[in-house]
Amino acid sequence: MPDGATPVLDVKNLKTVFATRSGEVHAVNSVSFDLRPGELLGVVGESGSGKSVTMMSLLGLLPSPPAEVRSGTVMLGGRDILKIGAEELRNVRGREVGFVFQDPMTSLNPVFTVGFQLCEPLRKHLGMSKAQARNRAVELLELVGIPDARRRLGDYPHQFSGGMRQRVMIAIALACDPKVLIADEPTTALDVTIQAQILELVKELRQKLGMAIIWITHDLGVIAGIADRVMVMYGGQVAEHGPVREVFANPAHPYTRALLQTMPKMHGARDAKLRVIEGQPPMLTRQPAACPFTARCAHAFDRCGRENPARRDIGHAHDVACHWDHTTADPLTAAEAPA
Amino acid sequence: MFNYTLRRLLLAIPTLLFIALAIFLLLELSPGDPMADMPLTIPPEVREQMRLALGLGEAWYIRFFKWLYLFSVVEPSHVLANMTGLDWLAIEGQRIISFQTRSPVGDIIAQRLPQTLWVVGLSYIFGIMVAVPIGIYSAYRQYSWFDQAGTFISMVGFSLPTFFTGPLLMLIFSIWLGWFPIIYDTTLVVDSWYDFGLQLRQMAMPVFVLTLYNAAQITRFMRASMLDNLTQDYVRTARSKGMTEKVVVLVHVLRNSMIPVITVIALGIPTIFTGAIITEQIFRVNGLGALLITAIYASDIPMVLTLSVVFAILIVLFNLIADLLYAVFDPRIRYD
Ligand SMILES: Nc1ncnc2c1ncn2[C@@H]1O[C@H](COP(=O)(O)OP(=O)(O)OP(=O)(O)O)[C@@H](O)[C@H]1O
Ligand SMILES: [Mg+2]
Repeated sequence: MPDGATPVLDVKNLKTVFATRSGEVHAVNSVSFDLRPGELLGVVGESGSGKSVTMMSLLGLLPSPPAEVRSGTVMLGGRDILKIGAEELRNVRGREVGFVFQDPMTSLNPVFTVGFQLCEPLRKHLGMSKAQARNRAVELLELVGIPDARRRLGDYPHQFSGGMRQRVMIAIALACDPKVLIADEPTTALDVTIQAQILELVKELRQKLGMAIIWITHDLGVIAGIADRVMVMYGGQVAEHGPVREVFANPAHPYTRALLQTMPKMHGARDAKLRVIEGQPPMLTRQPAACPFTARCAHAFDRCGRENPARRDIGHAHDVACHWDHTTADPLTAAEAPA
Repeated sequence: MFNYTLRRLLLAIPTLLFIALAIFLLLELSPGDPMADMPLTIPPEVREQMRLALGLGEAWYIRFFKWLYLFSVVEPSHVLANMTGLDWLAIEGQRIISFQTRSPVGDIIAQRLPQTLWVVGLSYIFGIMVAVPIGIYSAYRQYSWFDQAGTFISMVGFSLPTFFTGPLLMLIFSIWLGWFPIIYDTTLVVDSWYDFGLQLRQMAMPVFVLTLYNAAQITRFMRASMLDNLTQDYVRTARSKGMTEKVVVLVHVLRNSMIPVITVIALGIPTIFTGAIITEQIFRVNGLGALLITAIYASDIPMVLTLSVVFAILIVLFNLIADLLYAVFDPRIRYD
């Protein structure tokens, strides 16, 4: 991993709020991260932790209202794409950033052929003619491992299996050779063998095409297998972030530790109980003045309920947002870790 | 799909036969008497002669099969002969005769059809043309003032019956303002610009009333169908590819949303003929609806029977067409 290279994507202090009947929901709260060229960043966190909302906020893909990206900057290609006009933003979508969504069964339009849906971005962004686009579409389908590609261009999504549809989705996302690919739980809806095939495919494509990837998942095993860096999200915030080996070896946030413990171990004792994290995820209706994990945290102390911890560097490119010091197992005072 | 169509058409035959028989028997049991309008001074034996002349002397099943033969073979042959101008197509001999007018029902229906098509058919087409864009925009800008206004107007159009809006418009535009004629003049021949103007003016109110009603219904469907689709995942995919809002809404979403709407539109076409009964009555449009009503009042059994069965055929036929359109527009549906 080319450490220190200029990031292709640099997100700072992203805040996204939903206006709901029962008040505002702070779904993404001051999230910052970057993505370096050719790198694979894994994003984990339980359901509702704001992973999807974060990624969709980047490209303005959330319905507004109710969503509002309240502040932050998203630097891509030397400009802040939160500030650019609608037309320019459309040229970023699909051209510079490709998106793969969770459910391949519903993510493709059922009444258009796969060929049509694959040619659309090629014609719009690369100005290809019909014939050129079709030829490129065949190449793309072959690239993602769909046999008999030319004939299958005329098929409709329902004529493909779930795994094949997700391959088509990946082909669409990669159609214009984007610098960044965002994959939002692309394998969650698939069964385990197909999941493994898709993972293999992405690893291979990454080698061939060299794009940077953000990979959202619930599965820490997947992260361990493919990611360079990992970002753990909780309650709309980044709880911990760092190189995969480092975070897995020295988890600093109590939430990350709990997550790692819930991972079933292949070689663990047979009678070891499958562990769960007790308690409920936080309601995000108030701007959290406390650490969102307080209620479920085994190490929480008074400061955690008063002050939302800022991310602090703990060395080895590893940072954590916690008042508790995992090395000494001691609470940190405000002087040691300013919020 | 061809086999499916054929099978459905064949299945429609017993259905229609049963409907025809049911209507026939209902009319048979109904208390009306085609002689009721005749002067009471006619002696009973003459009266009996007249009944026999109308063919009422025979057993009901004989009359039913005679009617069935005439309806399915003889009358169509005459209609066809008239349409093509090939006189040899027409089968000579007995025809279905209207008690009331003493002329063949096929000819009367052919004569009245254009009025209905002009007024009611046109308002159906206008209704669709108005409803589809409004439905699309209302859904795309859900809860905007445009949507709210559209929802209100279509609620009004939907819930006010045409026998209320019709007389209301007549009161305002014919009686108070005197802009449009009250009575629709069927004999008007349009051969000059002046007559064309007259035709437009006499069509204006009935067409408006029916357009409002049709548009109200179709708008609701269009809007609901668009709303269903606008929140689908594939819409987000289209946006994430960088497609413009125009392409997202008018290509991706619209194509999906039209599937149920087209079905509803096809299913509604027979109501052009049946649903016009009341409106035609109000505006004195001499179309099929008015024909059916006067035939019922006069106990003109051959006319009522023939018209009702024609309507039944239209309904069955357009049900089939709706199903076929479904398969044409939705690639997931295949009949075989
Ligand atoms: N349309 C909406 N209106 C209100 N709140 C919303 C809306 N969409 C998302 N949220 C809120 O945003 C929060 C984050 O949701 P998000 O979909 O990003 O979670 P996630 O981490 O992707 O979860 P999952 O793993 O289930 O996909 C949720 O807690 C949810 O309450
Ligand atoms: Mg999600």
